[in-house]
Amino acid sequence: MFRDKDRFLNILLISPSILAVLIFVYAFIGWSVRVSLSKWKGLTADYTWNGIKNYLDLFADPRFQIDIRNTLIFTGVFVVGSILLGFLLAVMLDQGLKGESFFRSLFLFPMAISYIVTGVVWRWLMNPAAGSRTSGLNLLFTNIGLDSLVNQWHTTPTWGIAAIALAAIWQMSGYTMALYLAGLRAIPEDLKEAARIDGANETQIYRYIMLPLLSPVTLSALIILGHMSLKVFDLIVAIAGKQLPLDVPAIYMWQITFDGLFYGRGAAVGVLLLISIAVLIIPYIRYTTKMEAEQ
Amino acid sequence: MKTQLRLGKYWLYIPLVLMTIFYLLPLYVMIITGFKSFAEIDLKTMWNLPHGIAFDNYIEAYSKLAPSLWNSFAMVIPAALISSMLGSLNGYVLAKWKFRGADVIFPFILFGMFIPYQSILIPLVQFMNLVGIKGLPGLAMAHIIYGIPITTLTFRNYYASLPQELLEAAKIDGADMLGIYRYILLPISMPSFVVVLIWQFTSAWNDFLFAVVLTGNRNWPITVALNNMAGSQIISWNVQMAGSLLAALPTLLVYIFLGRYFLRGLLAGSLKG
Repeated sequence: MFRDKDRFLNILLISPSILAVLIFVYAFIGWSVRVSLSKWKGLTADYTWNGIKNYLDLFADPRFQIDIRNTLIFTGVFVVGSILLGFLLAVMLDQGLKGESFFRSLFLFPMAISYIVTGVVWRWLMNPAAGSRTSGLNLLFTNIGLDSLVNQWHTTPTWGIAAIALAAIWQMSGYTMALYLAGLRAIPEDLKEAARIDGANETQIYRYIMLPLLSPVTLSALIILGHMSLKVFDLIVAIAGKQLPLDVPAIYMWQITFDGLFYGRGAAVGVLLLISIAVLIIPYIRYTTKMEAEQ
Repeated sequence: MKTQLRLGKYWLYIPLVLMTIFYLLPLYVMIITGFKSFAEIDLKTMWNLPHGIAFDNYIEAYSKLAPSLWNSFAMVIPAALISSMLGSLNGYVLAKWKFRGADVIFPFILFGMFIPYQSILIPLVQFMNLVGIKGLPGLAMAHIIYGIPITTLTFRNYYASLPQELLEAAKIDGADMLGIYRYILLPISMPSFVVVLIWQFTSAWNDFLFAVVLTGNRNWPITVALNNMAGSQIISWNVQMAGSLLAALPTLLVYIFLGRYFLRGLLAGSLKG
């Protein structure tokens, strides 16, 4: 009797959330797929069947090719930069120096602020104006005699997106540092001690013992940062607005749908983004839930 | 040997201080620009410290951004509270009352926290128009629903770490499912609530994508208002810097005072409770 009531309450408590996720995630994805296969262009919905034409047109669009190139450059610079910097910071902070917690909080604070704030500030730091209008980091470099570092930042042809990745590294490297630091702390001190007795120096210990043991952390970081870079949106909007040379799929989708009213094409971009992220994330979720079940 | 190691260690302060400068540069510019008087503003001297302390820029920025700051608070607070409550109940059921299929449902809920919102954006806007939920309530609703995966994950991991005996003892004493939650689990869930509330507060406050498609110029939250201010030609860069600091301040203060809990939320987000 009692147990039946409990079981009923269980279902009652959790079903609103399950229903909400079912509708707002899964049904909406299905709805987006349907829109992407339609002729909908304009203010009123039009579900006339259009096959995969929106997808074909998308891949033929030179703008989308710029998007793919930009996403690849951004992902490369951002993921590699954040992982390297995060790892180095974690190793330095793992040495038991005075002020460790101060540095740790400091490197992590950009995580608390929005991409929009980061973007608005970095826009001024990366001001590409030259001559008497030089400002931001270029001005700082000139003032301290590092003129060779003066550059065009995000207005550099082709590689401009890498400057935006720099702002993203500023924001996210503290996160990889935190991941690595948690990983380092989980490795028993005995292992290091044993290696020291065997005559390994500190560099060798990190290179041959810690780094391999940290590979699950590196994998998590790769997947989390990789999926973030596929989604990058607000940071670019805040730094550069909707400029074509710095376009990415998320901005393309937003603009063509809500400015251009080309819903079919916009939905196709959304679905492609989802597929590229699902390829990364679904194995990751399966892996982590399996690991948990084994424990 | 030992002294050598120690000397080696002190070297590390050089890269650490250089990195500190890198992380603080944007904050430095925001703060010193904000405290300069309008007369002192000049791009050529943007790296110089202010001569005195003035509030011109903050006053100007606040007069432009105040309504959106309050819009953000009005939307974020209920969103964070409700999604935390839902996450706690879901986590309790999924961790402690495993009904058939609970372990199958959980990964499906989790997937929702990684999806690119571009893939549900068109249906979301259509749906909100259809049911007539507009502006801030609609935005809060989106944050509540898309917050369910992470809040559920955090609470589920916490409740799963509690011994089952805790529940069994209460059951023998005659407590039912809700009673166990109310009198045993809820009182010891406060640290998890803090983690989840901070996380939801921060991510809803910082969101731009949902805000820009679900609100109009009368109910913009702060991120949209700040972005539009930065995009306009009329408002000068110094006011933008002051505005950025105002927009960042609420989450920054939460981070400064509750950083420990912030970090735990961050690590939970990578699926490692």
